[in-house]
Amino acid sequence: MSTTLNRYRYILDFALSSLLRRKVKNMSLLLVYTAIIFVLASLIFFVQSIKHEAALTLDQAPDLVVQRMIVGRHDLIPLEYAGKISQIRGVTAVTPRFWGYYYDPVFGANYTLLVPDSNPPPVGSIMIGAGVARNQRIKTGDLMTLRSASNIPLLLTVQGIFPTHSEILSSDLLTMSQEDFTTMFNFPGGVATDLAITVPNPAEQITVASKIAALYPDTRPIMKSEMLRTYDTLFDWRGGMMVVVLATAILSFIIFAWDKATGLSAEERKEIGILKSIGWETADVLILKFWEGFVISLTAFLCGILLAYAHIYFFAALLFKPALTGWSVLYPAYHLVPSINPYQLMTLLFLTVLPYTAATIIPSWLAATVPPDAAMRS
Amino acid sequence: MIELINVTRTFNQGKQNQFTAVNDVSMTIQRGKLTVLKGPSGSGKTTLLALIGCMARPTSGKITLKGVTTSFFTPAASSDTLDITSLPERFLTEIRRHSFGFIFQQFNLVKGISALENIMLPAYTTGEHHHHFRQRALNLMEKFSIIRHAASPVEWLSGGELQRVAIARALINSPAIIVADEPTAHLDSVLSREFMATIELLQDEGRTILIASHDPLVYNAACINTVVSMRDGQINDNVTRS
Amino acid sequence: MIQHPAILALTIASIIISAMIGYASWFGIQIIERWNLASGTEQQLALERKTYLVSVILTYSLVFQILSFFLYIFTADALHSQFTGAMCAAGSLAVNSYGYPVAILKVINCLMSGVWLIINHIDTKGYDYPLIKRKYRMLNIFAPLLLLEVLFQFVYFFNLKADIITSCCGSFFSSEKRSIAGQISALPPVTMQWVFFVTMMCVLFSGIHVLIRKKGALQFSLLSIGAFVVSIISLISFISLYFYELPTHHCPFCILQTEYHYIGYLLYALLLTAGISASGTGILASMPVPASISNQLPDLLQKLVVVTISAYSLFTVITVFRMLTTSFRLD
Repeated sequence: MSTTLNRYRYILDFALSSLLRRKVKNMSLLLVYTAIIFVLASLIFFVQSIKHEAALTLDQAPDLVVQRMIVGRHDLIPLEYAGKISQIRGVTAVTPRFWGYYYDPVFGANYTLLVPDSNPPPVGSIMIGAGVARNQRIKTGDLMTLRSASNIPLLLTVQGIFPTHSEILSSDLLTMSQEDFTTMFNFPGGVATDLAITVPNPAEQITVASKIAALYPDTRPIMKSEMLRTYDTLFDWRGGMMVVVLATAILSFIIFAWDKATGLSAEERKEIGILKSIGWETADVLILKFWEGFVISLTAFLCGILLAYAHIYFFAALLFKPALTGWSVLYPAYHLVPSINPYQLMTLLFLTVLPYTAATIIPSWLAATVPPDAAMRS
Repeated sequence: MIELINVTRTFNQGKQNQFTAVNDVSMTIQRGKLTVLKGPSGSGKTTLLALIGCMARPTSGKITLKGVTTSFFTPAASSDTLDITSLPERFLTEIRRHSFGFIFQQFNLVKGISALENIMLPAYTTGEHHHHFRQRALNLMEKFSIIRHAASPVEWLSGGELQRVAIARALINSPAIIVADEPTAHLDSVLSREFMATIELLQDEGRTILIASHDPLVYNAACINTVVSMRDGQINDNVTRS
Repeated sequence: MIQHPAILALTIASIIISAMIGYASWFGIQIIERWNLASGTEQQLALERKTYLVSVILTYSLVFQILSFFLYIFTADALHSQFTGAMCAAGSLAVNSYGYPVAILKVINCLMSGVWLIINHIDTKGYDYPLIKRKYRMLNIFAPLLLLEVLFQFVYFFNLKADIITSCCGSFFSSEKRSIAGQISALPPVTMQWVFFVTMMCVLFSGIHVLIRKKGALQFSLLSIGAFVVSIISLISFISLYFYELPTHHCPFCILQTEYHYIGYLLYALLLTAGISASGTGILASMPVPASISNQLPDLLQKLVVVTISAYSLFTVITVFRMLTTSFRLD
């Protein structure tokens, strides 16, 4: 056992010195390898952390939201629906929600206007999100003009700005009083935008949803789990799309790696010939090649992941944001925290180290099966 | 003792450029003797050396070794021979590692590493502990007066020093047989004579030595026991001196 | 098909591994037909050189095959939120009829790769490649299984569409459901406990008997392979209950998650190790001993027996430790 260990150890020693003796070739390979891992890792970490943020967001969402549909589109829901729904077993609360979108032509931005369940701002005042404040360059105490549905400008005082740590939720948000909301949208009485239903037991959510759909066929209940699933699919899809796009990059890298592996310089060939002639057998040279590949893969993997982590954590994924977050005008300034787990690392391994290893198997073997007397012949 | 019976080695069999480097050669290398293979280039000396030195397999014929112990073959009696004709590469290499030491025409040292490391290289894959073979390497360097170059990269060494490093490397695993292929081809007369003196030293230690050379300095040396002449892959002449 | 990086990774990996193994088994046919160690022809030398390539390919394939099993389970787990009713990997795998067969095939292929490598190892110790033809015949049985796995995996992922209602882990593994997994957990946990511990004791004693008397290795291996199946059934039936501390949670995949300190890895690794060494022992013990490895083969068999009983013992110890230290009790 110790003989085998010794053998591997000393061959590793030689492999390291061998790598260092050909710095230029190995550095270029390492750079490209690290770059590929960096890009893929950034992508995977980014998607993961965005999903995480989205999940946090949705944590606050109601268990069930009931919207009324007319001609297949979202309509305002009569408040009297709330009565029967609250009697369904499993439902502990039904809260009508008043919210809507407002498009500001001056700044080209969409805001969400909402009447909060508790502590609404006094009439004439609003609370705005940090994105809105940045976009309009206004601060607490300033006046904001909104064009209401009846074309009358509504002047509202900014009472406060939502704190930055809640930006992912509140960036484009404006909260106002019920009266201002009604004036703003010329909102009819007896209806709400939708109903938020609380169903504490997750096992009962599907049952409640189907009962509501049966009770009021003109509504659609949306479950929190469905929303989460949709977000997940969206980000996975986008992530997957980028991986497919990067497939060309991965392929180029593999070809590059193959080329480097087969393109042994005369010096390298001679060296292996010498090793074979002094008593190293094919398996020993294969172990040498294995160690070389292992050291390079390990270094590239670690560097790539560290750089990717830094990219996401410190630089908020500068390189990917445009492709992955859409084209809206208002961006919440959130702090992405990537979480590394073995699953992601394994995915990365399979996308990078496996193809690299496969590409170098045959070149390594070709190099290792040089006949021992070749060195004598040259 | 190494015995070859009707050994043939053909390259590129069945192709246009097929050629037979060694043609139906039968000979015996006696233990403890110094044998020289003499002949012009292209006579098959190098190939024959490779066959004897467990570096290549014959296309046909038989090669046997006597008096060799390996991990997979222990002679029951002293007359037991090991047939190495069809041994797979890893077993041939094991025999070669432990029983043979090679000195090449161009020294064939690995550039970029130190002289000491070059000497230790054949021992890396035996599984022996580092400090054992390192000590042996240092002792060998001491013996051949090159100890001060232990850490020097081989590019810094002179021709004579390189020769001694090559010899030390051949001896690292304490082999019973030394094989040298045209060792004096790139050396001047002084160094050639120095080389033959070292060979004589090794002969006195009881090792079997086999040299392929067309240099008269070598095959006319006094310490030679047997001279085998080769031409066109066959043995012309086999002269044993006392 | 769900576009997920891990699915792409698994698919690419499967294609690469199956291509390599396909090549290796085609080469195997050449070996079976033309191998002749006694001849010194260049063709024979080329064949000998190629055997190194096949060994390297199969070594890497085994490593990635084992990793791909875990990646597969992980991916199934990560996707569970896409399917209504799926609570973890077990639910995702049940979405279509290919999910579980792929998992089973992956385990079988891991075992076969491991056994091949053991046989390859002992074959290289013989100076006349004594087992070479047998080895490549085995490879030709193994390669189609691997291709089947790749195919099924591809079909499984291709047919995955989000939002499909699937029987979730809770109802999948509950006793009412009439399916294999349902039947497994329908086995009374207490009975399974007895079966498990008795089997392990038999394995231990049989192993010790083989080590001392140096015979009976074949019977030992059959017993150990049986123990492999018993262990998996036990894992689902009662062992998982102790880790989750719930009488109804039978899923064997959730123990791979963070909440349970990744203990699943260790348990699976131990079982795979035991399975591979047990199968290897069986194959080696069931064939006539070639002269060139008559010394090394018995040593290897002893080593494999030791590995098998150590792995199973550790598995049992961890199980017992958990059973004793948790406050959960089966009644």
